[in-house]
Amino acid sequence: MLRFITSRFLQSLLALYLVISATFFMVRFVPGGPFTAEKAVTAEILRNLEAHYGLDKPLWRQYLDYLGSLMHGDLGPSFKYPNRTVNEILGDKLPVSVELGLLSLGVALVLGIGLGTIAAVRRNTWVDYLASSFGMVGISVPTFVVGPLLVLVAAIHLGWFNASGWYTAADRVLPALVLGIAYAAPISRLTRGGMLEVLHQDFIRTARAKGASEFRVVTRHALRGGLLPVVSFLGPAVAGILTGSFVIETIFQIPGIGREFVNSAFNRDYTLVLGTVILYSVLIMALNLVVDVVQAWMNPKVRLES
Amino acid sequence: MNAASSPQPPVDSLVLPAQEPVEKGNSLWHDAWLRLRKNKLAYFGLWTVIVITTACVIGPFLSPYGYEEQDLDLGAAPPSGKHWLGTDTLGRDLLVRLLYGGRVSLAVGLAATFVALTIGVVYGAVAGFFGGKRDAVMMRAVDIMYALPFPIFVILLMVFFGKNIILLFVAIGAVEWLTMARIVRSQVMAIKKMEFIEAARSLGFGRRRIIFRHILPNILGPIIVYTTLTIPGVMLLESFLSFLGLGVQPPMSSWGVLIKDGSDKMEEFPWLLIFPGVTFSLTLFSLNFLGDGLRDALDVRSSKD
Repeated sequence: MLRFITSRFLQSLLALYLVISATFFMVRFVPGGPFTAEKAVTAEILRNLEAHYGLDKPLWRQYLDYLGSLMHGDLGPSFKYPNRTVNEILGDKLPVSVELGLLSLGVALVLGIGLGTIAAVRRNTWVDYLASSFGMVGISVPTFVVGPLLVLVAAIHLGWFNASGWYTAADRVLPALVLGIAYAAPISRLTRGGMLEVLHQDFIRTARAKGASEFRVVTRHALRGGLLPVVSFLGPAVAGILTGSFVIETIFQIPGIGREFVNSAFNRDYTLVLGTVILYSVLIMALNLVVDVVQAWMNPKVRLES
Repeated sequence: MNAASSPQPPVDSLVLPAQEPVEKGNSLWHDAWLRLRKNKLAYFGLWTVIVITTACVIGPFLSPYGYEEQDLDLGAAPPSGKHWLGTDTLGRDLLVRLLYGGRVSLAVGLAATFVALTIGVVYGAVAGFFGGKRDAVMMRAVDIMYALPFPIFVILLMVFFGKNIILLFVAIGAVEWLTMARIVRSQVMAIKKMEFIEAARSLGFGRRRIIFRHILPNILGPIIVYTTLTIPGVMLLESFLSFLGLGVQPPMSSWGVLIKDGSDKMEEFPWLLIFPGVTFSLTLFSLNFLGDGLRDALDVRSSKD
């Protein structure tokens, strides 16, 4: 087990290094620089600016400097927001995105596992068909269609919520719902499939024979095995929720990292772009690692194979 | 020399029994077709895809309007006899823009899927066929790439290198091949142990020929199924980028562009959001059902990894 975790960890570190290097060189070779947009910058000021940010050094030197300060957790100064560091900016925006992500994940898990389990237990009844078609609709209707439509109905026509913003608790409802539904759909399909497989097995029959109630059979005995496919989906799902929040943050005007990232790319704010990419990568890789470990813990078969 | 080369043709024909699954494929594919027809949702999906694609290809020729043609006096008008789906704020016919947008969305979807298909099949087949160390290294690389935040890279590419439509689908295709490679690899590993491959090998055929002529035709089923399921994913990514303003650029339209426009103006002109949204969702819905139906019809078990 420890070997498994260590090898996965090293693999993630390698992937992270690749991401950092690829992004670092990509942003440097892009046409246009962070100061090209500024009006009336004389050659001398430009030189000073570049010297201030270390852009006058040779590329390999900049690269090593960056990696060096990264080792100390320093993502460098922002090129576009004077006197602000990337760490500060991301520190401001991250909690918002994390809150949105966790709420959405909660919606996705409760809705997805609930519907999937009910569909499997009531297989081939109208309950199952209803839950399954929800799954298909959720997969096929993109968030940027569901989002605006929900805003149109629930916010503009019914007036229950604000159309955008991130101030009150009620402002959290629509964004979390839209992003959550998108991931509830595949989760409900995976839960249904996993549960159907498990419900046929002997140990379920044994549990029933021992007189366990149907509710107990499902929640205590079947779910642990039935949720295995869901757990392996959670890695990609969490990554998707993170990037999916780009669109949600745009639709609902939420001051999170997604919007900041797109803006920073447009502004050629190299350090902020790099910082965001690194933050996303670390989050995604850490979560994937956790998912792998949980999966191994839940399923002895996986543990043995590795 | 002559004696050695003259038996060559008969040897080649000896291989034919090995290719029988392909030759006899008619009945196999016919069975699959019958199974697909029985699946109402998949069959509905198939026809919806055909109808929408045909409409997007032919429709613009039949329409009296162009996708850029403006009628500023009219402005945004709700659906009417003249403009079936209404017009946008610049007085452009929504139906025609929807059909043109469909061309772009479908074309990007197909092109990017083709890129993903090519890379994925070749990569997976090579890894699966050779096995051993080469396979281990190649699949470890895929594992690592799985962990990379690709949508973020695609966004960066689009921001930095201009919103070029060819770059768009190459970038999307280069992202989406990983799963295809895994599926093809596991299929190839199962097939390569079969006797007819042994036979082909003992006849001295080269690896390339064995992979492309003997193995790949036998795993067409999973490839087709997964391709069908990749197209909606790719179209979603394209429209996601267009929605962020990074994909297809105006005045050209794509479904993502139209949905973006529509959601900006939905309060006053809801039809601008509803028609593109419904069309796009219906297409994705149909493709997903078709892919699921094909999976059942061709009896492809979902691969374990």
